[in-house]
Parts: sequence; C-alpha cells; structure tokens
Amino acid sequence: MSDEITPELFQHLVELAALELSPEEADYLRRELNNQLRAIHELEAIPLDPNTPIASHGVPYTPEISPPLREDLVEPHPDPARLLETAPETADGYLVVPEIPHQRIG
Amino acid sequence: MSLHTLTALEIARQVRAREVSASEVLEAHLAHIARVDGLPGRLGGDPNAEPDKVHAFITLTADRARKQAAAIDAKIAAGEDPGPLAGVPVTVKDIFCVEGTPSTAASKILANFTAPYTATPVARWEAAGAVVLGKVNLDEFTFGSSNESSAFQPVPRNPWNPNHVAGGSSGGSAAAVAALEGPISLGTDTAGSIRLPAAYCGVVGLKPTYGRVSRYGLIAFGSSLDCPGPLTRTVADSALALGAMAGPDPHDSTAATVPVPDYLAEMEKGVHGLKIGLSPDYFRITYFDSKTGELVEQPVPEVIKQSVLEAAQKLAQAGAEIIENVPMPHTRYGIPAYFVISRVEAASNLHRYDGVKYGYRTPDSVEDLRTLYRKSRGQGFGLQPKLRILMGMYVSAAQYSEQYYARALKIRSLIRRDFDQAFHSVDVLLTPSTPTAAFPIGGVYGDSVLMQYADQLLVTANHAGVPGISIPAGFDESGLPIGIHFFAPDFREDLLFRAGYAYEQATVQEAWRNRNPAMLSNS
Repeated sequence: MSDEITPELFQHLVELAALELSPEEADYLRRELNNQLRAIHELEAIPLDPNTPIASHGVPYTPEISPPLREDLVEPHPDPARLLETAPETADGYLVVPEIPHQRIG
Repeated sequence: MSLHTLTALEIARQVRAREVSASEVLEAHLAHIARVDGLPGRLGGDPNAEPDKVHAFITLTADRARKQAAAIDAKIAAGEDPGPLAGVPVTVKDIFCVEGTPSTAASKILANFTAPYTATPVARWEAAGAVVLGKVNLDEFTFGSSNESSAFQPVPRNPWNPNHVAGGSSGGSAAAVAALEGPISLGTDTAGSIRLPAAYCGVVGLKPTYGRVSRYGLIAFGSSLDCPGPLTRTVADSALALGAMAGPDPHDSTAATVPVPDYLAEMEKGVHGLKIGLSPDYFRITYFDSKTGELVEQPVPEVIKQSVLEAAQKLAQAGAEIIENVPMPHTRYGIPAYFVISRVEAASNLHRYDGVKYGYRTPDSVEDLRTLYRKSRGQGFGLQPKLRILMGMYVSAAQYSEQYYARALKIRSLIRRDFDQAFHSVDVLLTPSTPTAAFPIGGVYGDSVLMQYADQLLVTANHAGVPGISIPAGFDESGLPIGIHFFAPDFREDLLFRAGYAYEQATVQEAWRNRNPAMLSNS
C-alpha cells in the first residue's frame, strides 16, 4: 500500500506544526502517521446517512444543566508578576522574544 | 493494622474521631513510600533503575503535606470538622496544576514549570481535608496506555509484576494506589487513561460523566473528551472522592449544574431490580495489524469473558436482572474515530507551547521568532506529542477535514446513539475493562496503533460522555489483575457505585481478594 503521507507532505506538516525534527524522528513519525491513517480508513466502511449530525461532545448540554453565562467583566489578576515568573525571559513586565519576521511596508 | 493500609473512608473516620492524627497518617504513608517507591522519575533518568521499585512519583511534596496535615490536626484540636477527606493522603497525576509545585505533564517542555494556581478538583479535595503527597507519573501529556512515553524515567512498574507496565496514562496514580502509597489518586481519562491502568493494577478507576468534574487547572489534551476522576482501592472510596470534587465551577463553563448526590448513601442501595446489560460487541476486539495491514477481529480471551459472566451471575443472585445481547454496533469504530478527534483537539491545545510564555525555551541562539518556536518545540516535545500534533494538523486541514474530521464526529453521534438506545432497556452495561491484562514493559511501546487499541472497550464512554468504572475482578493465569467495567447514563455515577459495591460485597470472601502485590512482599 502506498503511503498517504509522502515525504513532501510530511515536510509541509512539520513546517505548519513549527517542529524541528531529527531524521530518525521524522522516519518514525511518518511511518506511524501512515499506520494510523490505515486504521482511520476503517471509518469509510460505515454506511453513513448524510443527515447524521456531528457530535462535538457526547453529553447534550441542555439549558437545565448548563451554568448561566457570567457577566462580561474584567477581573484583574491579583499578582501578574507571579505569572510572568514562569516565562523564560522578561523585561519590565514584557515577554522578550527574538526578531519577529516581518516586512516593512512603504 | 498499619495506617498506610487503611481505606480513605477509614482514615477520615479515625481522624475525625481523634483516634489518630492526620500527621501520624501522613508519616506512615511517607515511611511506606520511602520503602517501596525508589527513585522518582526525572529527565534523563535511567529507565532500568531499581526494577523492584514502584517509581510512581515525579515530585514528592512532603513539606507541603506536613503543613497541610498540621493544619488538619489544628482544626480537630479547635473542635472544627476538617471535612469528609480529613487527613486522607492523596496523590495527583502530574497533569494538574498544584500551586507552588512543579506541574510537568511528564514532558521536557514543562519540566521547569511551577504552577501559579491549583486545579479545582485538587482544591476541592484539599478543602475537604485531604493532604496532597505529591505529583505522580504519566505518559507524556497523557499520550499513551503504558506510561512508557514519560520524559521522566524510570516510569511506574506494575506492583503485581515489575516486568509489566502499570498502564497509562494515569500509571503513577494506579501504581501508587495499588502499592498502598496513598488510598486515593486523581487521574484523567480521555480514552481510558484512568480505567485501563486501574484494571492493570487491580484498583478501582472511575471516569465520571463529562462535565461532572471541573477541568480547571487540568493541562488539556482532548478538551471534549478529558475527564478528571479518582483511582482508589474500594468502590466506597471512589464514591467518597467523587462526591468531594464534583459539581459546577465558575472557572469551567462545561462543569454541569447537576446536583451532586450523596454517593456513599446511594452506593448502599444494592442492585435489586436493576437491569444490567451484556453486549456481544464488548466480547470481541478488532484491531489493525500494522505489520500485515490487515484488520483482525477476535474474541476477548476466555479468562476475561468468564470474569464478566461470573460477575453477571453474582449480580443476578443479588437481585439484578441480566439482559443479554444488547446491541452496541459502533463499538469497533471508537478507536479509529478517536484517532481523528483527539488528534485535532491535541494539536490545537499543544500550540500554546512556544518557548515564550512558560516552559522550555531552546538554549540555542536563534535568528528569529519562528526558529525559536521550531527549536523549542522540537527539543521540548517527545515523540508522542509530535505524532499527535502532525496527525491533528493533517486530518483537520481544509481539504481533508470533511473526509476525516467531520466523518469522525458523525460516527461519534452513532456511538452516542448506541448508548442512548441501550439505556432505554438497561440501567447499566457490564463489560470487560480491557482486552488483556497488563502487557510486558517494552512489549507494545513504539507501535502507536496497537497501543491505542488497548483502549477500545473504554473509549466509547469518552466519545459518548457517559460515566464508566473499572473494578478489580481477580487475576489471570499469570497472576496479573483483570478488571470488569460498568457504563451508566449521563450523571448516573450512583448506579456505577451500586453495581460495583454489590459486586465487591458478593466477592468479599473470595481467595483472590487476599492477594498482595509482589512488590509489597518485602516491605
């Protein structure tokens, strides 16, 4: 059976996913993706009424069991500095990142 | 009797009655953990270190626990009631945020992350008097059924046979509970990740209804599937643990506003008059053989089938009505649909790890932000998160999503319909938990398709949202635990506890109940 995810398509996905992979990782991942897709193709064997609804979750959320929407109010975090402590690099309360790729306009 | 062998219910009773202090209970557990757990999992750790130890923990938080226990004892001394979990030591799967503790998801990408807040289920247990022992191991980001994919090695071993896996992804939780390191652990279940390791380790594992327990503070995998739930040694402790954490939460709009019953009282109501269904669709397994490319269907092993049929007989003797041949025709599509749905959700949830806001950042010098992302994610994520991200991006891409994602979501409707129709004629369904007992370490790891199929009798509950519980039901011929499983309608965990407790009561005299995990024989 030919591979559905070719090396070219795989490379495109890796780029979209923002991942840098070693050649060994890439080999394993592409092979497992194709194996999983063969299992997924079992879904095509099911006769499906075109009117079958999609289910984005299992439990039907009726109004009776759903919490009411909260008021749309801004609640300041009690200690923003503490949240920033988890960041790899900050300066003056900002997150520091390297050059952001961009084009100058005009 | 040693304090670490007591159930949570008994510990809380004794602490509230001032027969023992929370600090004494804690120290007994810490001493036992020091005897049996061995090295904690750590980045770059040796997977083969101390093969006779449990290795449930990533982070033991003994000092924090001692402060909590002292606070419980102070409340008791002041005449206050600390709550229904008074002094009960609990462990928490390291996929939950607990304030001030490392919360790693067993991934290098979060290895340096210390949570600035506490997840709702943990906070509720603490408010009910529980003492948190620490954070236990799991498959990286919960992605697996054996715990072997953790970036923190060595990983938990099965306390009944250290050459076998504890199961996953809540492997540390199941191993810790089985090895008497704490009577309750908080796990998560996205396709069976509580119930499978519970079955493998001979403990009780509950996946509550989706929306029964808040997901606030749970590091997300599949947001429409993830359910926090307890692992315990008894059904009563499961009922106690769920009651103490269930209910609506202003921080999670999917936490339903359904009243929380007194599960312990409900549990005692027995099974008289309860209709318990058996389905032929849960006595066979279908799996995809990656080597031959063939779809293979076979019956579950005889020992597994017999354990379910014997349980049905015992429940019938206790007054239940057994209904056979309940059709659940879409069961076999649970895993293929899960391969699509969970990957789309995982890919979406994993985009937040970027080396900027928290977690791992590449130490390499980089010329721009895009390279920072690629290197940080490439170096920080293990193979299983990468696999899920790539599959999620592929099956949700505009040109393929109708073929894959939309189709999988329609099949999810059909799986849900199976349960809706079944629950017209039965109150609960009785099934095997897993197609096999725990497999050997290294036996499946690497084959991502076969690994996923271990969950096929459990994942349907995640698609449908309904609750499920795995209960110990003896041992196979090699001495490994096997589990039986019940499904119930939405928010009817009370029925699971009634059926499970009735089964426990009916088997209390059986010889297998006196067995102890091999790893405890020298402690």
